[in-house]
Amino acid sequence: MLSANHEQALRFRSTRARLARLSPGQAAPVLREMAQHVRRDDLRMIHRARLGHIGGDFSVIDILVTLYAAVLNVDPADPLAAQRDRLVLSKGHTAGALYATLAYCGFFGRRELETFAAPRSALNGHPNRTKVPGVETNTGPLGHGFPVAVGIALSARLQASPRRTFVVLGDGELQEGSNWEAAMTAAHYGLSSLVAVVDRNGLQQGARTEETKQLEPLADKWVSFGWEVREVDGHDHAQLLDAFRRPGTARPVCVIAHTVKGKGVSFMEDRAEWHHKVPSDEQVEIALRELSA
Amino acid sequence: MSQATQAAVLHDCRKIFAETLISLARQDERIVAVCNDSVGSSNLVGFKAEFPDRMVNVGIAEQDLVGVGAGLANGGMIPFVSAAAPFLTGRALEQVKADVAYSQARVVLCGQSPGFAYGELGPTHHSIEDLSWLRAVADLPVVVPADPLQTAQAVRWAADNPGPSYLRIPRTPVPEVTPPGSPFRPGQALQLTDGDDVTVIATGTMVSRALQAAESLRGEGIQARVLNVAFVEPLDVGAVLAAAAATRGIVVAEEATITGGLGAAVATLTAQERPTRLRLLGVPRAFAPTGSTAFLLEHFGLTAVDIAAAARDIMAHARF
Repeated sequence: MLSANHEQALRFRSTRARLARLSPGQAAPVLREMAQHVRRDDLRMIHRARLGHIGGDFSVIDILVTLYAAVLNVDPADPLAAQRDRLVLSKGHTAGALYATLAYCGFFGRRELETFAAPRSALNGHPNRTKVPGVETNTGPLGHGFPVAVGIALSARLQASPRRTFVVLGDGELQEGSNWEAAMTAAHYGLSSLVAVVDRNGLQQGARTEETKQLEPLADKWVSFGWEVREVDGHDHAQLLDAFRRPGTARPVCVIAHTVKGKGVSFMEDRAEWHHKVPSDEQVEIALRELSA
Repeated sequence: MSQATQAAVLHDCRKIFAETLISLARQDERIVAVCNDSVGSSNLVGFKAEFPDRMVNVGIAEQDLVGVGAGLANGGMIPFVSAAAPFLTGRALEQVKADVAYSQARVVLCGQSPGFAYGELGPTHHSIEDLSWLRAVADLPVVVPADPLQTAQAVRWAADNPGPSYLRIPRTPVPEVTPPGSPFRPGQALQLTDGDDVTVIATGTMVSRALQAAESLRGEGIQARVLNVAFVEPLDVGAVLAAAAATRGIVVAEEATITGGLGAAVATLTAQERPTRLRLLGVPRAFAPTGSTAFLLEHFGLTAVDIAAAARDIMAHARF
C-alpha cells in the first residue's frame, strides 16, 4: 500500500479550504490550472510507460480535479476515514487520470507516477484499492463501479451519515446492463446523497457511441429511471462545481458532463484512435506546449 | 446402517443459517442482509421482520446484488449477500472476482440451495459449477458446511473474518455429523472416523453419505478414514497428504463438478506431493437429466453405496 506525501497533502488541504470559500466562477481558474498540471503529469506517465488510455483520461480529468479539490470531503493523509466522501471511478481504464489526480492531492508521492505499469508497481493499468490509497473499489471491467457506489450510499443512509458518494461513469460503459440495475436500485431507495457523473465524450474504443449502440436520448433515460439530471459542459469547472454543489431533491442526481475525448491536445481531441494510443516523443513535446498555454 | 443413522433427523440448513444471522445481527448493527428478491428462498423473512432497514432487496439483479454488497462493506457494514447459488455465482461471477475477492471487500456471499437442491427445475437452477468457478478466484475462502452445527459455525466465522468469503448453505436435508465442540478453522478438515485402509474425503451433503459408507465398509473389515472438508479453500493440505501416506487411496465425494472442486483440489495436491490412487465422485461435464434431487444424486453415483464401491475398488488395487 502506498502512503501519503504529507507535504503535498497539507498543501492540498489548504487549497481545498480556500476553494471551499470561493464561488464556482472564482474557483474555476484555480481548478483549470490544476487540471492542466494533472494532464501534463498523466501525459508524461503514459509516455514513459508506453501504455494508457489518454483520450478518456483527458476527457475525465476536469471532473476528477473539480471533485477532489473542491467537492469531496477527503483527507489524503487519512484516506480510510470512516466519514469521508467516496469517489468511485467506474471507468477504471482511465486509471492514469485518477493516479495523477491522487498524486497531485498527496494521497501518494508524485514520483510514484514514474512506476506506472512497471513490474510490481502499485499503479496497475486499472486501480487497486489494496495498493493505492484513495481508490475505493477495484474497477476495470465496465459496469462495476455503479452498483458498488449504490451500496456505499446505502451504508451512509443506514448509518445516518451525511457523507456523499460520487461515481464517475464512461458513456460507452452505459451499454452494460448492470448500470441500469444500479440506477433502479438507487432511485427505489431514494439515495439523494448519490451523484452519478457521466463522462459524455461520445466515443468508445473503436467508434462513436451512437454508431456502436445508441445511448440517446440519454437524459430522458435517467429521468425515466427516477433521477434528477443536470447537463453541463464537462470542461467548464464553474459549471461542474455548481452541478456538484447544488443541493438536490429526494432523488439521486445524474450529472451528464459533455466532454471531448483527448481534451486539451489539438491532435487528440475527439479522435477515436487516441483511446489508447501512446504519443511519440515529438507529440509529447507539442502536447506539453499546448497544455502549458 | 446403524439404528442411530436410520433414525437421524434431517435438517434444512437454511433454518440455522437464518437463526444464527439474526442472533449475530442483534449483537452487531453492522450486519445487513442483501437479497435479490430472495428473502423467502433464503429463509430471511424473520430477519426482515426484525431488521427491516437492514434488509436490502435489490430485486432480480444479481450483478447489482454483489456490487451493492461490496459497497456496503466499503461503508463499514458486514453484508451477508444471500441468493440462490447458481445465480449468485454464475450471473455475478465477475462481480465476485473484481468487487469482492480482488477488492478484498468484507462480503459474505451466501449461496443458497446449491448442488442439485432444485432437482426438477433443471440444469439452469443447479449449482454444481460453483466450487470449480470460485476455487479459481484468488483470496476467496470457499466454505461448504455439512450440517446445522457447521452452518452456524460458518456464519459466525464469516461474520468475524475481515475479508470476503463464500458460504455454500445446504438445502438438501442432512443429518447432524459434526461432534459438538469441533473446531472450525480455515485449512482444517475434521477427521470423523479413524482408519488406515482407505480414505473418504467429503464435503457438504456428501459427508453423511461418506459416514454411512465407512460403516458398511467396517462390516467388511475395511477401516475407512473419513475427512469432512468444510474449507474447500483453503484446503487442509496436511490432512490430505497424511491420508495419502497412511491409506491405500482416497475417494473424494462432492455434490459438484469434478472439473475444479474438492476432487480436483485433492488430485492436484496429491499428484504433485504424494501420488496415490484416487476415485473422484461428483458430476462430470454433463447437464443433468430431469429428476428429483435424490434421483440426480443416484444418477451421478453420489450415494453411500457408490462411495463404498469406490473404496472397495481402491482396496482391490495394490498400493502405489
